[in-house]
Amino acid sequence: MELLVASAIGIMTAGGLYLVLRLRTFPVILGISLLTYAVNVFLFASGRLTIGAAPVLRDNLTVYADPLPQALVLTAIVISFGMTAVVVMIGLGAFLGSNDDHVDDQPEGHEDRAEDKP
Amino acid sequence: MSHWIIVPVVLPALLAPFIVLAARYHIGIQRAFSLGGVLALIACAAGLALQASDGTIMLYQLGDWAAPFGIVLVGDRLSTLMVLLTAVLALFVLLYAIGSGWDDRGRHFHALLQFQLMGIMGAFLTGDLFNLFVFFEVLLIASYGLMIHAGGNARLRAGVQYVLFNLIGSTLFLFALGSIYAETGTLNMADLAVRVAMITPDETVGIRVAAVLLLLVFAIKAAIVPLHFWLPSSYAEAPAPVAALFAIMTKVGAYAIIRVYTMIFPPDLEVTAGLHDLWLQPAALISLAIGMVGVLAARRLDRLVAFSVIGSMGMVMVTISLFTPTGIAAALYYIVHSTLAGAALFLISDLVRSGRGDLELTPQTAMAGTALTAALFFVGAIAMAGLPPLSGFLGKLLVLDAAFGTDLMVWIWVIVLASSLISIVGFARAGSVLFWKAHSVEPSDEAFEAQRPAALSYVAVGGLISLLAAHTIFAGPMHGYTTTIADQLFAPEPYISTVLDTSGKLSKPQKDD
Repeated sequence: MELLVASAIGIMTAGGLYLVLRLRTFPVILGISLLTYAVNVFLFASGRLTIGAAPVLRDNLTVYADPLPQALVLTAIVISFGMTAVVVMIGLGAFLGSNDDHVDDQPEGHEDRAEDKP
Repeated sequence: MSHWIIVPVVLPALLAPFIVLAARYHIGIQRAFSLGGVLALIACAAGLALQASDGTIMLYQLGDWAAPFGIVLVGDRLSTLMVLLTAVLALFVLLYAIGSGWDDRGRHFHALLQFQLMGIMGAFLTGDLFNLFVFFEVLLIASYGLMIHAGGNARLRAGVQYVLFNLIGSTLFLFALGSIYAETGTLNMADLAVRVAMITPDETVGIRVAAVLLLLVFAIKAAIVPLHFWLPSSYAEAPAPVAALFAIMTKVGAYAIIRVYTMIFPPDLEVTAGLHDLWLQPAALISLAIGMVGVLAARRLDRLVAFSVIGSMGMVMVTISLFTPTGIAAALYYIVHSTLAGAALFLISDLVRSGRGDLELTPQTAMAGTALTAALFFVGAIAMAGLPPLSGFLGKLLVLDAAFGTDLMVWIWVIVLASSLISIVGFARAGSVLFWKAHSVEPSDEAFEAQRPAALSYVAVGGLISLLAAHTIFAGPMHGYTTTIADQLFAPEPYISTVLDTSGKLSKPQKDD
């Protein structure tokens, strides 16, 4: 299970990083979503991996799942979900306004690079 | 347990929704409540700073849960000073926003400003790393809204960059928190300080990674090279009052570095050996140099000011990365100075914009209200470039003095002095092009319909400048106070024992078996 979780985090992070390094808004947002998935799973793993264990303390139980990372992940999910929505809206606004979805600064005098293309 | 310490977080948090819900269409009521809230915030922050000034450490346990289990707010000298600085800065930013009418050019300016204040105050006061993350997010979410306030294509595009960069920063922060929790099983700062010191030297791989990740996150916030790329466009395109308020946001990063790397990973800790002197200090020196070269190279006034903010953050971080009590004391003195000076310059650049229509550093016809604006720019540039008689000069002296005798002393002295010269040339060039060459340009028919900035705008800028003057005149007591702050930071035992030993719910687990 450790191998599965670790490689899942690794692959998602790698894919996310690759997409983040693209120059257009849409792949970058997808990449950030992948990165947040990766970090959410990573946070789960930070409380040690257990299967079928109770998160609440009870008598006669020896194996527990750490409940704190679950609370942290919940917070992280809510925040990253909201942030993705915000960046989609702002990115959409910028794209509709300037007809260009590059995330980097365009050289001066080439403001309408997207329209140059056939 | 006094409840006052949570007021700087709760007050804006209550005002903001009230402004959105009740005063949505009434800019006058919004202004009144926002201003009243900030004034109350200043009073509260001053009271807290006074209470903490004798070395008391105030603790607030949310829900009365004891420290490692519940979230705590902690007010010591450092955090109360930063809270007071934020509140005072917010007042002048607000006055300028009202005076210049920026708050009426889009919706929800005041509500977002209050949320932003809530996030900043919370980040300064919290004693828990995950809570720090949450307050970072609060201040970032509000800043996204403020950053694109009043819209426009250039601003939206800069906003996309800003949001994306900070989203990646937040993800990195979560990775850092995850690895810290996996290594230590706690996220409370005081508890971490105890537990990190207990890690044996051969088991430090994870915590080393976590320490570096955390430093990266705070370096993004503090805009240290090579993580500064988000700053010039966002600060230049943001509305001027917002950019002025953002002057405190880079300091949140600096504050977090001071807090975490004096308490959790103190300089003599084996785990993080080499992190500060080998990595942080050269990076800070490079950002100082790049910032000031950017001042000289900028073709627009707002970008010039943005680069000067990078340069002054480099100066702050050079001093912090010494991690000596004198270094931290000098850095804190300089932090106050550079916050006020940076904010004043952003507001002045907006005075220029409203006087002549754009901020290109090209000779144009004389702008409206040029004499007063030019005088203010002159004072602001002197402060930022670090010339006598203002506090920038004293701050630089303190920095040079703190660096005296350290390993990189030659580099620090050379770069600080050379970058000061470069920034003086940059500011002098900008000022002469903006204000003096205007007299040699014939007014054309299509001249921009210039209007004189409102009196309240000048009051706000003048207020910031007079604070800078006060920071200079009372440099002795001020530096004495930052020295006591540094002493408190380098003796964290009272902080740790206050946080961990104060009883609350769950502080004595009952064994009922």
